[in-house]
Amino acid sequence: MEAAQSRATRIRRLDPAAISGVMSREAANFRTYWKGTAFSSILEPIVYLLAFGVGLGATLIDGVDGLSYVEFVATGMVATAVIFSSALPAMFGTFVKERFQNTYDAILAAPVDVEELVTAEMLWIGIRAGFFGCFPLLVGIGFGLDPKPAMLLVPVFAFFTALGFAAFGISVAASVAKIDQFNYVTTLVITPLFLVAGTFFPIDRLPEGLQVAANFNPLYQLVELVRGAAFGFETVDLLRFAALIVFAFALWRLAVSRMTKRLID
Amino acid sequence: MNAISIKGAVKRFGEITAVDGLDLDVPRGICLGLLGPNGAGKSTTMRMLTGQVIANEGEIKVFDQVLPEDSKPARAMMGVVPQLDNLDIDVTVEDNLAIFARLYRVEDIGAAVESGLALARLTGRRRDEVDKLSGGMRRRLLLARGLVHDPDLLLLDEPTVGLDPQIRTELWSLIDKLRAQGKTILMSTHYIEEAERLADEVAVMHQGKVIARDTPAKLIAAHAGRETAEVYGPPDRLAEVRALAESEGLRVRPAGPAIAIVGSEESPNGAVPEDAIRRAATLEDVFVMLTGEEAE
Repeated sequence: MEAAQSRATRIRRLDPAAISGVMSREAANFRTYWKGTAFSSILEPIVYLLAFGVGLGATLIDGVDGLSYVEFVATGMVATAVIFSSALPAMFGTFVKERFQNTYDAILAAPVDVEELVTAEMLWIGIRAGFFGCFPLLVGIGFGLDPKPAMLLVPVFAFFTALGFAAFGISVAASVAKIDQFNYVTTLVITPLFLVAGTFFPIDRLPEGLQVAANFNPLYQLVELVRGAAFGFETVDLLRFAALIVFAFALWRLAVSRMTKRLID
Repeated sequence: MNAISIKGAVKRFGEITAVDGLDLDVPRGICLGLLGPNGAGKSTTMRMLTGQVIANEGEIKVFDQVLPEDSKPARAMMGVVPQLDNLDIDVTVEDNLAIFARLYRVEDIGAAVESGLALARLTGRRRDEVDKLSGGMRRRLLLARGLVHDPDLLLLDEPTVGLDPQIRTELWSLIDKLRAQGKTILMSTHYIEEAERLADEVAVMHQGKVIARDTPAKLIAAHAGRETAEVYGPPDRLAEVRALAESEGLRVRPAGPAIAIVGSEESPNGAVPEDAIRRAATLEDVFVMLTGEEAE
């Protein structure tokens, strides 16, 4: 009784022990499927770089804004890797754990609240996407991209962007009734964000309305930051980074609110 | 201090009132069986205790922690074994225990895991993925996971639902050991035999409230008397016997292919046919008489 009571008195809001406990569950599960994730994270940018960078770059496009097309695409693809390794796992993973595996029922019966649960899930996805999001850059270096010390900041940029998109995915999962409704989200939200992020073509060649819209796309801000790390930062990049932090924070609160509504009757 | 104290709890889901003015105290050190048909409000009560369902009205305390405000410290002192298996199936047996030891802030995780493995008798299978375990092993692991932090209160939500009799008996032995150790246990079940064998006291829940509570023996004596007579036969004959027994003021309930005349020791001559099978009254008789529903 004393041990249990002593544990009870130590519990507080956003308790690091609860957050690391939930993350340890993710890590234990990840150990069972990391090979597949690593394989696709390495192979996918190679395929894209071969198709777009080498294919298009060698045949149709000489370069963009003074960069070779391989350099342009390799830096842009960090954003692609980040959104696909954050928003989608968050959407599907959250829905499956909540609806089919009853994982959250088990976790919330322990001294863990929804805020800690969501925070831990976001952090785990953020760390994972921050790591795997750098793979396109590494592959790009293999394809001739010049490595720079500032590129060490890319995992940080990728991490904060992934936090926001993980929270977005969790919010979506907590809002849909059926798993097929994710199709609407991927078609109407994720694909446009991914296409209008300046990954494969520069945003300044788009119509003015789309250029303005692109500025509200966190992926575009990430692409610009990664290019800043690779080819030189500008002052505005500080604002971009701040915007990504605000994006992650706002979506975090939304995800906590949506999940509380979903998990607590 | 009671381990659990619920006063006037009400929980509505839209038009449905799942828990309707529930009063329930669970003193420390007893095993209380919460017996009721499906939809009686047992699982909702369990979820109110873990803070996953918030009552619309009433007061709920666990070890004097007021819920839902102090739900987290309250949960640190209780272990939960859910009705549905929610183990991480791709993860090893020992990792399943270690994860929950961390969630419960256990200081010596290694020792907690060893103790859980021993309790679940899975030390030899510690590195196996849960997916490779049999149904009985998984249930034992679920129980061990709920006890990984050595809680004083254990909530068992239909702990043996859907299991074959052999595994059920095995789990009953485990639960009985915990009861002997002085743990407070609140166990919801709709298996009469489970409540009869394990519970010090039984609370019968119906339509969201407790309608009777006592030790199994006293409940039987109060609501079903000493003896029940079961009569088998074709439907026409059963209808005749029933009509006669009821006309003599006896209580009759359906019992599968038979009818059961409850309290048959008080029957006047002729009200209970000679070919009736007389047996001691059981908790099942009480359950059906009180809730009007067939038990399992």
